[in-house]
Amino acid sequence: MSILKQREPLLAAMVVLLVVAVGLRAPAFLSAGSLANLVTDSTLLVMLALTQMLVIVTRGVDLSVASNLALSGMVAAMLGAHAPGLPLPLIVLAAVAVGLALGVVNGWLIGYLELPPIVVTLGTMSVYRGAVFVLSGGAWVSAHQMPAGFIAFPLDRLLGLPHLVWIAAATLAVMAWIARSTRFGRDLYAIGNAPQCAGYIGIPSHKRLPGTYALSGAVAGLCGYLWVARYAVAYTEIAYGFEFTVIAACVIGGVSIGGGVGTVLGAMLGALFLTVIGNALPVLQVSPFWQSALTGLVILVAVLINARGAGRRSRQILPLHGTGAPTERSAA
Amino acid sequence: MNPTSTMPTESKSSSRYTILDRETPRLKTILGRWESLLAMLFVVVFVANSIALPHFLDLVNLLDGTQNFSEKALIALPMALLIICREIDISVAGTLALSSVAMGLAKGAGFPAESLPVVALATGTACGFLNGVLVTRFALPSIVVTIGTVSLYRGLASVVLGDKAFTGYPQLMADWGQGYFFGIVPREFVVLLVCAALFAVLLHTTRWGRRIYAIGNNPEAARFSGIAVDRYRLALFMLTGAMAGLAAFLLTGRIGSTRPNIATGWELEVITMVILGGVSIAGGAGTIAGVMLAVLTMGTVTYGLSLANIPGIYMTIVVGVLLLVTIALPKLLRMRHARGA
Repeated sequence: MSILKQREPLLAAMVVLLVVAVGLRAPAFLSAGSLANLVTDSTLLVMLALTQMLVIVTRGVDLSVASNLALSGMVAAMLGAHAPGLPLPLIVLAAVAVGLALGVVNGWLIGYLELPPIVVTLGTMSVYRGAVFVLSGGAWVSAHQMPAGFIAFPLDRLLGLPHLVWIAAATLAVMAWIARSTRFGRDLYAIGNAPQCAGYIGIPSHKRLPGTYALSGAVAGLCGYLWVARYAVAYTEIAYGFEFTVIAACVIGGVSIGGGVGTVLGAMLGALFLTVIGNALPVLQVSPFWQSALTGLVILVAVLINARGAGRRSRQILPLHGTGAPTERSAA
Repeated sequence: MNPTSTMPTESKSSSRYTILDRETPRLKTILGRWESLLAMLFVVVFVANSIALPHFLDLVNLLDGTQNFSEKALIALPMALLIICREIDISVAGTLALSSVAMGLAKGAGFPAESLPVVALATGTACGFLNGVLVTRFALPSIVVTIGTVSLYRGLASVVLGDKAFTGYPQLMADWGQGYFFGIVPREFVVLLVCAALFAVLLHTTRWGRRIYAIGNNPEAARFSGIAVDRYRLALFMLTGAMAGLAAFLLTGRIGSTRPNIATGWELEVITMVILGGVSIAGGAGTIAGVMLAVLTMGTVTYGLSLANIPGIYMTIVVGVLLLVTIALPKLLRMRHARGA
């Protein structure tokens, strides 16, 4: 009974149920190849949702991830196109470095200047997106311009699984470790739960926040390369509006936008859930135009379920008279 | 205890601290106001443009240029109220798309031209109502709700549209979207100015407006002092939806069609206008004058860039940098000041 009350097992059950339900209508969906595709398709969203989760846990939000991804991806693609001799690790490193730098800008503005995250990342989102256009001159970098190894890497297999899946799994492990077992990660939860109290007990949030946004930026940079290489094209509008999908994945995964609440597993399952919906529609021969509407519905249902019981009731500011008060207090 | 006799003496005894209703305005404080800074920025941008661009100071062009931002600004007005009230609506562009689609459907069903604006307004209000109910009834954060509903509304719009487009709107809509008053002033701009005046009166002179500030400053205190906070929130969401519907009517009339990509990305532009206008994202502060000045400044920059043949996407950089600099600069100056002292 208690396991059903937890969010993650419930969400995992929903994902499995959804997959099985779709599989009953269209058995092809349950084939090993199709399921492997599903996992591969979800990797980028999972990775971005994980870092976004850390950001949201600190009561922030990073709207600039999609633009950051596009800019780092464009840098990687242009490096690949103009310097075909460059070894791949160097290109990937360049993409990560660009993403990291962009994230540090966010982090500096938010952490040191204490500006509201939503405004800062709204601004940098426009700037980064515009920078992609400036950098590329509005031109596309298409598959034939990129080196073969550059494009092949994400889907090349290691021990039977695509590199994408390995990278996502590694990110998942690292994030789980950061969120659960490092001082940095625990500090983020403290900052999100009660920023002032965190300050009083000596948590340097002006150092933690830049770190969080830098991490978000670095992962966005890595995803930038992977995105560009996987889809073998780079242009200004790649991943346009993807930031909302990433945030949606977090919200579905039970990450509270009010900060302080969220698990790595939840964010991953939220991302998986959205990917299942996206992949199931064509299999069920539902018009792809339904995807956005359904996503919206799922988000609303998810937040309604998550909010149940945890609703912010008006706070009791005067003590209640009678015996009921102390017990209620300890229950809450 | 007779309040009329005791109260005055009490207040007299505690009047060691004189609390003025309003600070006496000094030149420095007036110049330091966000609106004054914006006004100066606007003048600078305007003058720079007129010097750099030979065709900038052409009244007809200048007035025509207002069409670029009129619809967005119409949505920015209620958005300012929402943000002052500590809420936000990401779904405005989705609402706009759905309202436009609703008009297309109504036109296809043979509704008379005069009823189409009503259809748009009703659709918008209904969308806003759903947002508001979810936020107030279920106590959900508005940013999450509207991230969900923006997918929903835009998704529904694209389900109806598929890969087609609605065209062939009646002349009445083109009249409002593209038409002019006195042959020179675009009707959209006049609608915007009228709405801005109405919103300014509403926010700055009525009890209703004061209460919005009260809610934004401290929702719980506002509730404890007897303001029906949730009713205000719901009303503001519906108002935002209705204005998005109005913007849908004008935009659809101006471009003469409804396509799936109508108004994509507008939510962020609208929010940028509001924030640039000095409305605090934490709620409780901001003016309509500031928002309108931000709108005009952004409009002037866009217009200047388009005259100089610079691609529109540079505009996003300029706006982003403008937004960052305007919020970061006061903070940086204050920090330097604090360090120096």
